[in-house]
Amino acid sequence: MNTYAIDLSLKPTTFDLWHVCLAGTVALLALILIVLLLSMLISLMRCKKKPAVLPAAPTPEPVVKIVEKIVEVEKLVHAPAPEPVVLKEATPDAALQLLGLLQKEARFIDFIKEDIAAYSDADIGVAARVVHEGCNKAINEHFTLATVRSEQEGSKITLPQGFDAATVRLTGNIVGHAPFTGTLVHKGWQVTGIRLPKLTSGHNAAIVTPAEVEL
Amino acid sequence: MKELFGSQPAKEDGVVAELENQPDEVVVEPTQQGIRFSVGIDLGTTHCVLSYAELEHIDDEGFSPQVMAIPQLTSPGSIEDKPQLPSFLYQAHPAELAEDSTALPWIAKPDYLVGEIARNLGSKTPIRLVASAKSWLCHTGVDCKAPILPAEAPDEVDRVSPFQATTAYLQHLRDAWQSQFPDAPLDQQDVVITVPASFDPAARELTAEAARAVGLTQAILLEEPQAALYSWIEKSHGDWRNHAEVGDIILVIDVGGGTTDLSLIAVTQQEGNLELTRVAVGDHILLGGDNMDLALAYTVKAKLEKDGKRLEPWQIQALTHSCRDAKEKIFINTEVDNIPLVVASRGSSLIGGTLRSELTREEVNRVLIEGFLPKVVVSDKPVSRPRTGLRTAGLPYAQDAGITRHLAAFLTKQQGATDELSDIHLPEHASFLHPTAVLFNGGVLKADALADRLMEVLNSWLSAEQAPEARLLEGADLDLAVARGAAYYGYVRKGKGVRIKGGTAASYYVGIESAMPAVPGMSPEIQALCIAPFGMEEGTQQELPDDEFGLVIGEPVRFRFFASNTRREDKVGTRLDYWTDEELDELEEIEITLPEEGRRPGEVVPVHLCAAVTEVGTLELQAVSQKDNGRWKIEFDVRAGE
Repeated sequence: MNTYAIDLSLKPTTFDLWHVCLAGTVALLALILIVLLLSMLISLMRCKKKPAVLPAAPTPEPVVKIVEKIVEVEKLVHAPAPEPVVLKEATPDAALQLLGLLQKEARFIDFIKEDIAAYSDADIGVAARVVHEGCNKAINEHFTLATVRSEQEGSKITLPQGFDAATVRLTGNIVGHAPFTGTLVHKGWQVTGIRLPKLTSGHNAAIVTPAEVEL
Repeated sequence: MKELFGSQPAKEDGVVAELENQPDEVVVEPTQQGIRFSVGIDLGTTHCVLSYAELEHIDDEGFSPQVMAIPQLTSPGSIEDKPQLPSFLYQAHPAELAEDSTALPWIAKPDYLVGEIARNLGSKTPIRLVASAKSWLCHTGVDCKAPILPAEAPDEVDRVSPFQATTAYLQHLRDAWQSQFPDAPLDQQDVVITVPASFDPAARELTAEAARAVGLTQAILLEEPQAALYSWIEKSHGDWRNHAEVGDIILVIDVGGGTTDLSLIAVTQQEGNLELTRVAVGDHILLGGDNMDLALAYTVKAKLEKDGKRLEPWQIQALTHSCRDAKEKIFINTEVDNIPLVVASRGSSLIGGTLRSELTREEVNRVLIEGFLPKVVVSDKPVSRPRTGLRTAGLPYAQDAGITRHLAAFLTKQQGATDELSDIHLPEHASFLHPTAVLFNGGVLKADALADRLMEVLNSWLSAEQAPEARLLEGADLDLAVARGAAYYGYVRKGKGVRIKGGTAASYYVGIESAMPAVPGMSPEIQALCIAPFGMEEGTQQELPDDEFGLVIGEPVRFRFFASNTRREDKVGTRLDYWTDEELDELEEIEITLPEEGRRPGEVVPVHLCAAVTEVGTLELQAVSQKDNGRWKIEFDVRAGE
């Protein structure tokens, strides 16, 4: 039986097999630690990109847990189900663009902004020609318009069951079940094609028409 | 496309053989490397149109060319797709437009503003607007590569040359194509560019050079009236053979925005097949729809001034626009007898400062029909006053607005155009060439009143000589025919369909001094030596070996250069001692400079001249050395060099 004495002041003078084994084990463990840390870091970064919400702290937690957390967040978004209907927000650019086109072709804003009380009907009529002609040109150039119903106004038409209530509006004595029969009061208009100009980044759509200075 | 030939089985042999060869050819040809489209570009004086058709699908579904929507700026910051690109260029002041408001889908800051925006900005600032660059290309007396446009701009405005402007339009079209078909670069498609039939060799060369400058080295040229006829043939889907017969002479009348172009195409027979030959082209007449709108505007202006109202230039411009619209309404709507015209004030008050007048049917008839299409007899000639003073600043606009007079002069001048064709028989007593069919082109002739009057005048000339009335060829698309026809021509060049034979539209001559003793006070007599005959086909060349010229190395040598669109019989080497002013038109001088290339400066090299018509469709003149066969190109565009 061997007995081992412990003396911490001793320094080994020979680099024997034990030492080699010891050093190898240390190196291996260090390597495993580095690989583990790296893989954690990478997966963390990937997770961050997707939701862009979580301020996921770089805690040395297992990767799986982080994924679980994201799922939870998504569920939270879905959770308040009876949220009010999302209303479409009209982009102001297209509206401004249309105003610009009507002003350019038809002097629309000029006409609307003018106080017409002071003028005679004949004078207004002359200006109305400019506006009518220009509006006609602007609308025809940028929109394709078609009637919703092709029948003659004033004629009797029958709407079958399941007709599209968005394209045909019922008025008056609405009782009973479809098919409904009634008089076509207005044939309706629908836009079937739209060709609005594209805008460059430097374009300020809010300027409906620029001020003009002649040199 | 076989139905093109279906109606006449007896005439098919030659063509069928060609059609059968076609599949092999497709395999051999590098079609697979990317040539997929036949593209036709109508490079007009006021508008450019690009039409294209997919070559691979032509056989299956017939030919149905599309017109490309061209994205362009319409006002600063706003881009729209339009079927036409107005041929205008605007040189904006650096402070005029906001930053980033001139971007196009393919470039953040284009070098030049072209298209709708140029026309719009230029209508208020004409000193910065370049218009009608195409007419300048054919204007003798200016250097087309010198920055001369806008002609009336103050000194500080940057000018461009007519050549640069043409290049800018082509570049816009090429870039627009590239952004729509990124996988099919335009320089790998079959591209046909149309030019007026009346373009001289220098103007054709400049157009081809502009195409090369934007990388379209493969583009070829086609005369606009021919393109219009191709379009008519293509639209008839083979039925044209029932509307044209042997012995027909088709008169193509093309009245565009700025120019009027006339051509005659004869229908003959070759081994049972119908053949089309372009036999004559007219002069370059700067007269078109824009003149008509202006004439109406000035009529209304006179009316307003009678009431004591004075018009400012911008009001006349606005009036011209309203007159154009009013004229169209009167022509389309036969019940309407007058159209109110309104010129709104420029300020924001619309009702107060508005100017009102009207245009009546009577005025339109008087000004347009009687003014531009007067009833004349065929012996009438266009009035031409001698030009006084220097006219270098402007274009040589036609002095006589009577289109019918120009037409009469053309038909009279070309009376002998079909003498060499055995299938065409003109009566002995004919005093002009009798067309049997008429094809219209150009937006102006969409108005039935104008088209009818033109036919009426032409038929009155014919019936005065007991000739049958000419018939109108129906079914032409007056606005887009040229671009469509150009795209179809790319397909015809593949050996399918019927091809119009043409060649050069004139014979060409150089002026040489005849050897005679000097007489004081008299310049030596000039002889005209024919170097290229009438009707030289593309890809052919003719040499003139017997006449030698001594050229001095290193020194430019100039020749006077003439063209004739009536002398069809002259062969290469024919010398003319005498000619009338009507027979020969003098073009700009041509110039040769022999480079030193190992020779001593001052040495005299004997050369002869050689003329070739390239595949592109341009005329090329060369000097060929007798000793070592060295060749030097002779330059056309040395206009106003001194």
